[in-house]
Amino acid sequence: MKVSVRVNGHDMTADVEDRMLLVHFLRDVAGLTATNVGCDTTSCGACTVLLDGESVKSCTVLAAQADGRAVTTVEGLAGNGEMHPVQRAFHEQHGLQCGFCTPGMVMAIVSLLRENPHPTEEQVRAGLEGNLCRCTGYHNIVRAALAAAEVAS
Amino acid sequence: MSILGTRVIRTEDPRLLTVGGVYVDDLRAPELEGAARLTFVRSTMAHALITGIDASEALREPGVAAVLTAGDMDDLPPPPPESEGGGEGGPVPVGGPWSEPLLAADRVRFVGEPIAVVITDGGYQGEDAAELVSVDYEPLPAVVGARAAVAGESLLFPGTSSNVPVSRVPDSVDDSPFAGCDVVVEQDIVNQRVACLPMESRATAAAYVNGKLTIWHSSQNAQLCRLILAGALGMAPDQMRVIVPDVGGGFGAKVGIDRDAIIVAWACKHTGRALRWAETRSENLVGMTQGRAQLHRVKIGGNRDGRILAYRLDVIQDTGAYPRTGGFLPGLTCLMAPGVYDLPEVQTSFRVAVTNATPVHAYRGAGRPEATAAIERAVDLFAAEIGMDPAEVRRRNFVAPDKFPFATKTGALYDSGEYGAALDKVLAAAGYGELRAEQKRRREHGGPRQLGIGVSTYVEITAADAGAGESAKLVVADDGTATVYTGSSAHGQGHHTAWAMLVQDELGIPMDKVTVIHGDTDLIPDGVGTYASRSLQLGGSAVHKAAIEVKDEGRHQAAEMLEAAEADIVLDTDTGLWQVRGDPDTALTWAQVAGHASGGTLIADVRFSADRPTFPFGAHVAVVEVDTETGKVTLLRHVTVDDAGPVLNPVLAEGQRHGGIAQGAAQALLEEVLYDADGNPLTSTLADYAAITATELPSFELVSSETPTTLNPLGVKGIGEAGTIGSTPAIQNAVVDAVAHLGVRHIDMPATPERVWAAIEEARAQ
Repeated sequence: MKVSVRVNGHDMTADVEDRMLLVHFLRDVAGLTATNVGCDTTSCGACTVLLDGESVKSCTVLAAQADGRAVTTVEGLAGNGEMHPVQRAFHEQHGLQCGFCTPGMVMAIVSLLRENPHPTEEQVRAGLEGNLCRCTGYHNIVRAALAAAEVAS
Repeated sequence: MSILGTRVIRTEDPRLLTVGGVYVDDLRAPELEGAARLTFVRSTMAHALITGIDASEALREPGVAAVLTAGDMDDLPPPPPESEGGGEGGPVPVGGPWSEPLLAADRVRFVGEPIAVVITDGGYQGEDAAELVSVDYEPLPAVVGARAAVAGESLLFPGTSSNVPVSRVPDSVDDSPFAGCDVVVEQDIVNQRVACLPMESRATAAAYVNGKLTIWHSSQNAQLCRLILAGALGMAPDQMRVIVPDVGGGFGAKVGIDRDAIIVAWACKHTGRALRWAETRSENLVGMTQGRAQLHRVKIGGNRDGRILAYRLDVIQDTGAYPRTGGFLPGLTCLMAPGVYDLPEVQTSFRVAVTNATPVHAYRGAGRPEATAAIERAVDLFAAEIGMDPAEVRRRNFVAPDKFPFATKTGALYDSGEYGAALDKVLAAAGYGELRAEQKRRREHGGPRQLGIGVSTYVEITAADAGAGESAKLVVADDGTATVYTGSSAHGQGHHTAWAMLVQDELGIPMDKVTVIHGDTDLIPDGVGTYASRSLQLGGSAVHKAAIEVKDEGRHQAAEMLEAAEADIVLDTDTGLWQVRGDPDTALTWAQVAGHASGGTLIADVRFSADRPTFPFGAHVAVVEVDTETGKVTLLRHVTVDDAGPVLNPVLAEGQRHGGIAQGAAQALLEEVLYDADGNPLTSTLADYAAITATELPSFELVSSETPTTLNPLGVKGIGEAGTIGSTPAIQNAVVDAVAHLGVRHIDMPATPERVWAAIEEARAQ
């Protein structure tokens, strides 16, 4: 079937299998490989992107469901060569090690801070329950989220 | 001023944060254009004979190029002969009748074992077609758990007489050291099987490039991959190239290259087609090696004054379906059995048992967390028995600071340590006295939310294979840039930042002019890799050594250019300028100096090896709240001292500690790989396996402590695994401590609500 998705501000139309997942559309059709697949049960959040501004796990969304809608991946977050405040906070707070969960984690926090611009540590932790990281123990990811909220306020 | 020891944020990050890393499945190299997808057909039975494989239906599916089985593997060298298996020196498979095939031929020994591969044009087609490959089984009795394996009612390997390929058990047990003790405590302890769970599962791509079999693999060491592949495929190493791109975590499970990935390389060689494989998480949770999986019997005896006189640890290692590591893991556990204590008598034994489960290999700590968990529980059991504060019992038994280097009864030689100081620091930072007072208040009040305080003190062995060393090649070019080729292999640790810091410190070439390259056997044929917390002390020391050699050569060139004696030439490492002492007008840049050398480059190609391993140590305090009505445990605080010598970059070292603490907490509280009575895995998806999340952890409180070693020029030890080793027993001890006043003596891990609740109920019933 034919789907048209606006990916990071660019319109993209392709003929895809009905069952194609959005994450595979992004990776294999749009060629945007930052969004990773970490599981097959919607548990790990590595594939988190924004769909019309709200975070979704793109392994659990069909490409067809994104037809006519806008998707933002981590590649589309920086503007004018400047990192987004959440990206910058991850860098400054050492919120990443191997980097595999990072794109999904960053997008989840972008979404979290849109919903709640001034979260407590507990609220950040609760908000990240669906995103797994095996390297950082979440310590610096939580710090990065709080630092990004601080910068934005 | 030296950059070493300062907080430098990582140079790796901007790329990972804006366009993402390039992991194996992200590779868009032209050589992999149009590569076929490889999908495994895996055993659905824990133990069975294969009586038939029918791929005809699968072969009729669109896009299916081939289905390959063991019958197609007629181009492999014979399996290795039987050996003793690995010991403390390193993991070695046992071979002989215990050999592990690539694709299973006539028998399967665990759910998830590879039976066939399906090669298709696309990924979705592969999963469809793999479902259609029909395998006929004749079930055999499944051996589930190490105790059943040792009992030996059903044998896994024809031609053997037991399920124990490797053991080190004394002919007779000497109980006399316990005879004179005031108190002797014994306890069975389960150190449960856990999943390593790097966020990037296993992934491999393979293609012939310029006549070379080229393998891209998510690994902790490209060079070891090539060595293993050469043996498995019967090829010369120089007929192959292994490239390790970005790696999404390893934790020991990506050391070298394992069976499934070797099959991918074989399939490429066999068919000549470029291939890609990236496993699903459900495959990963049955196919990737798992960790821990030991049963312990501890016996500890001592006097009421707190002095421990004798300790015995008997280990049964569940090694899974194939003894991939021989006696490596329990050997390390026994080596480190006495921990930080100066004990008059230590006895150890181990048996390695094959079971119908996923094979076990290294997982963050690899044998040492198990040793620490055993003795730290034993010390708490002993302290409870004599009614003494567990911190005080520890203090009375530490190896004293003036006894280093200290030879243990088990054959380790601890290089340096300040165990009492570490404990004092962590207790002060945690506010131990106030915590005990709060605990007392809560106990007197009698409410459901009780406080538990757990202490652990640990020592561990890092760079156990110190003599193997690590390689480094440093090239300074006539444009003033430096390139480091390291045999060490980054997968999240921050090598690129750390190695650039070492170059800047020694040569004054700024970090942004230093490029670090790793993980490519064409560029770095000789290297060992990253595991066993060896990178900085061996790989970093090699970079340091190479920088000194380059500096010596640079001095020689500068002396010629400035027509001065070498002894009068100095390098200002703040500016990176060479000059004649006291004459700033003579300044030469690295670009000029390198340009004067033959070929326009200064090169040092070195290897650094150390005489012996190093022994980091530390002390952890965990504070938990246990709801005695539901058994729910909440980790409130975790305070640690982790002393691995001088810290090169606190940002990186703290990150290693954070991640380590969390993985240790995961084992103590949540994670466990489970099988049913028939050997079917019950935790084969992330919906079933309780991977720890941000909600179950607090922010950690880190206390710094730096006791150098003399075994390398940087004075450093390894920090990669320390957090895991210290945190697990501290948290387990805290959980037991929270309910000790109710009569609970021990709770096995993971301390799930059900298990804690049951322990409380059992104690109340008595």
